[in-house]
Amino acid sequence: MTQQFYVSPEQLMKDRADFARKGIARGRSVVVISCAEGIALVAENPSPSLHKIGEIYDKIAFAAVGKYNEFESLRQAGVRYADVRGYSYDREDVTARGLASVYAQSLGAVFTAEQKPFEVELAVAEVGPTQEEDHLYRLTFDGSIADEHSFVVMGGQADKVSSAIEGGWRSSLSFSEAVRLAMSGLAPAAEADDQAKALPARALEVAVLDRMSERSRGSRRAFRRLNDADITALLA
Amino acid sequence: MQESTANQVAANATSSFTEHLQRDRPELLPFSRSPQGGASAAAPLQVPHATTIVALSYDGGVLMAGDRRATMGNVIASRHIEKVFPADRFSVLGIAGTAGIAIDLTRLFQVELEHYEKIEGTLLSLEGKANRLGAMIRGNLPLALQGLAVVPLFAGFDTSAGVGRLFSYDVTGGRYEEHEHHTVGSGSVFARGALKKLWRPNLTAAEALAVAVESLYDAADDDSATGGPDTVRQLWPVVYTVDSSGARRVPEPELAAAARNVIEARTIAGREA
Repeated sequence: MTQQFYVSPEQLMKDRADFARKGIARGRSVVVISCAEGIALVAENPSPSLHKIGEIYDKIAFAAVGKYNEFESLRQAGVRYADVRGYSYDREDVTARGLASVYAQSLGAVFTAEQKPFEVELAVAEVGPTQEEDHLYRLTFDGSIADEHSFVVMGGQADKVSSAIEGGWRSSLSFSEAVRLAMSGLAPAAEADDQAKALPARALEVAVLDRMSERSRGSRRAFRRLNDADITALLA
Repeated sequence: MQESTANQVAANATSSFTEHLQRDRPELLPFSRSPQGGASAAAPLQVPHATTIVALSYDGGVLMAGDRRATMGNVIASRHIEKVFPADRFSVLGIAGTAGIAIDLTRLFQVELEHYEKIEGTLLSLEGKANRLGAMIRGNLPLALQGLAVVPLFAGFDTSAGVGRLFSYDVTGGRYEEHEHHTVGSGSVFARGALKKLWRPNLTAAEALAVAVESLYDAADDDSATGGPDTVRQLWPVVYTVDSSGARRVPEPELAAAARNVIEARTIAGREA
């Protein structure tokens, strides 16, 4: 049996956190913005099929940065949690708060108990009938949970993107304004003013949670993924 | 060791909500609880039964209609029950048989389709949906043998082929594609007789609605377990159409007009049948 060196718990946690932060910082950013028409989720993602944004339930969406396999398994677990809950109780008993707290517990358990922590950061968004009733939760790799208002930015250049968006955010934004604001934040700061260098539609993944999906689309499912043509039309 | 981990991950990767429930929460499945002891020897359990469903194809889609009555022996258990449901954006299902189990099965089927769509990011094919429903009906076979059978009728728009299609089932989960039209439930023989005379190729959606309402009227005329249009309570059949733009519930005023037309025409004719 090999002799193990003593490592203090503080050092152990710090090493794990540094490891997870490094992994997350390598990824591109994701922006979730609450606006007048609902919640817009915008990610810089060149892949048309490996999504960073997903639908969880009627009014709830999911966005993530970090390692694909890790957040994808969390997304699927979230869909299962929500569907089981909605099936055994009622559809309106599925809430973002419940889901976020399950995510926080699993991330926390993985962070302390597993070989390596998850290198992911998640956002859980729930659209309400009014903007005051929107819920945005940000979850980090160690299971910390934060209740955010107005917007969430995650990923590599989160600080830079976040300050760009903070400057332009208003509660009266429409979807197209919110997506434009997110794009200006996601594009490299130096080129943000230069329209030609702005991100093309195919490098973006955009989805929205419609506040009025029942009225506008006759569907209780508020989540709608926008394809390239939709994005171009929205920004036109 | 590594291989077994990979196998485990692959085995756990299911897109099916039913499989997930079977593994983790079997008590939530509508057909998991097998009643203790054979009740079959005693008198059959008195539970509400849902009755007649008709479905027919028309030019560009399919239509499904169900009456509003549930019976329990010789008693009317419900005048308001709805037996036709949207399964997802492009399909609908109607149920006949034990109402309690059928409604739970419908809910499970709706979640099953939505679950698949959310996990996989794409809609299940129409054949795939029809097969899943068959598997669920087979799961209910032990209860069906005790007299609690559920028989659905499934209709949907096949987005890849661009046509509306119909599927019927037996209690063992056998799945059969039907052409032109089909009916299930206690009044189905009478409704089918009417459909055979009224249906013709290339009906418009409005004509198909009239045909469906009239065939349900005929079923209610001869089958005591099928409810006809109720002008006193303003109760009309539940009708859904499915075409390339998706499933749509036919609004009450259209149904009221269609039902009144049938009643009026029959009143004027004043004949026995």
